[in-house]
Amino acid sequence: MVRDVAFGQYFPGNSLMHKLDPRAKLLCFVAFIVVIFFTFNYASLGVVAAFTVFALISAGISPKFYFKSLKVILFVVIITSLLNLFYGSGEPIWEWWILKLTWNGIHRAVFVSVRIVCLILLSSCLTFTTSPTELTDAIERLMKPLKVIRFPVHEVAMMMSLALRFVPTLLEETDKIMQAQRARGADMDSGNFIKRAKALVPILIPLFVSAFRRAYDIATAMECRCYRGGTGRTRMKTLHMGARDIVSFVVTAMIIGGVIVCNILLTSVL
Amino acid sequence: MSHILELRNLSFIYGKGTPFEKKAVDDVSLTIEKGEFIGIIGHTGSGKSTLVQMLNGLITPSEGQVLLDGKDIWSEPKKIRDIRFRVGMVFQYPEYQLFEETVYKDIAFGPQNRGLTGDELDKAVRKAAEFTGLRPDMLDKSPFDLSGGEKRRAAIAGVIAMEPEVLILDEPTAGLDPMGREILFSQIVNYHKEKGNTVLLVSHSMEDIARVADRILVMNHSHLAMLDTTKAIFARGDELETMGLKVPQITKIMQVLKAKGVDVPDGILTVDEALEVLSSLLKKEGKLW
Repeated sequence: MVRDVAFGQYFPGNSLMHKLDPRAKLLCFVAFIVVIFFTFNYASLGVVAAFTVFALISAGISPKFYFKSLKVILFVVIITSLLNLFYGSGEPIWEWWILKLTWNGIHRAVFVSVRIVCLILLSSCLTFTTSPTELTDAIERLMKPLKVIRFPVHEVAMMMSLALRFVPTLLEETDKIMQAQRARGADMDSGNFIKRAKALVPILIPLFVSAFRRAYDIATAMECRCYRGGTGRTRMKTLHMGARDIVSFVVTAMIIGGVIVCNILLTSVL
Repeated sequence: MSHILELRNLSFIYGKGTPFEKKAVDDVSLTIEKGEFIGIIGHTGSGKSTLVQMLNGLITPSEGQVLLDGKDIWSEPKKIRDIRFRVGMVFQYPEYQLFEETVYKDIAFGPQNRGLTGDELDKAVRKAAEFTGLRPDMLDKSPFDLSGGEKRRAAIAGVIAMEPEVLILDEPTAGLDPMGREILFSQIVNYHKEKGNTVLLVSHSMEDIARVADRILVMNHSHLAMLDTTKAIFARGDELETMGLKVPQITKIMQVLKAKGVDVPDGILTVDEALEVLSSLLKKEGKLW
């Protein structure tokens, strides 16, 4: 069923990772994800991989769910590492037809796959431990300076949280409509590409209609509660940076420093 | 009469193998005869909807079998679509499944999937529209221009047009105004009378069920609690109340009258019946002419 998709799922919990201020968490993760792409030798790659493992452990979420999100991109990882494997530069150590295996290619393949895996694991870790509301709050606060250039920060954040809120609702709705059309003999599970695409019409049209209906309903409901945009709104739960958030900044800074030092001291293998 | 549907130890478990595992239907066995009108009642979350969705193979039972005309519907999983044409299912708020440009095309969706073409298709569509009281001029309109009640009727016509042997309706009158409910309801009853098909009606309105059902199936906490004739079920009012259900108001009134010593028979289910009994009683006592 459609509901089995684990995209952006949030698992409530009480771990170190859960307790971090979402702003700090978001900033650290973004910084860290950038750093992943600045690893050019095995020492720095090792630092990055080790920290990824540390982050996952401190989130206290069953590895099962990480495997689930990895499964989705497994194909991408395999294709990109295969491409890298055979298109490296330098002396070939093995050759067959157009395929050339070089040490450079092997290194590239390892780096590319470790980088992608770390990237996916970390972003899963972020969504697993941060509720959608916390995440949009954090984005809203972090984007606040953009108000100076008249960027509608509050509106964008509100749109994001509404969108996230409706993901499960629309999934459920899709499921219901699919069942109803199946009951009328709609055949969605067989036939060629065109036939399958056509079979989506009886699902997509009712889904759009109901999405619009829900949009009107929620707009009315918001107006009934005197929603007037972001100006003058206060928060029920204000975000506070604490000691552990500062520690997380320091740790991230150290990782970045470590990676830079490794890059300066050791030669690049790529 | 012969069995049209037979359920054998039917169970369904949601989210099997996860921490959210929940048994929605637990070991239900029963038989339904051809041409019967069955009412299905039960509190919210008692497993009614899950049960009926297993009858036409929309969901696969975790355990047990559904037999249609003596044959397991899952014996050939590739042919499950044929089962869905024979056991028609109208979901709650079916108007949300309308999608075509015109009402006609939307009603034709089901029978077309069944393989009807040309005159046969046209006949099926027009007949279904007539049964549900849609005027011929409405057939060329966009379904999105109809009123709420008309949309509902168009959606029900879409299922009836497949000419299913068994028709399942999940709360068909929910959210309609009293007039709309009354009309739709009598159309369903007429359909059952004329076609002689088996009808299963899920409803929260005991009054509606009391008026039309031959037998009532009561679900309680995923179990089959009772299956008996309408009179017999509503005679067990106390038990029904412990399940969060009720007997029709008029039945309750008559029961109270009887307890107070008025000489009325048991098992009065409709206002008309009660009127007849009470007026003849009053005539006998010379209080009404």
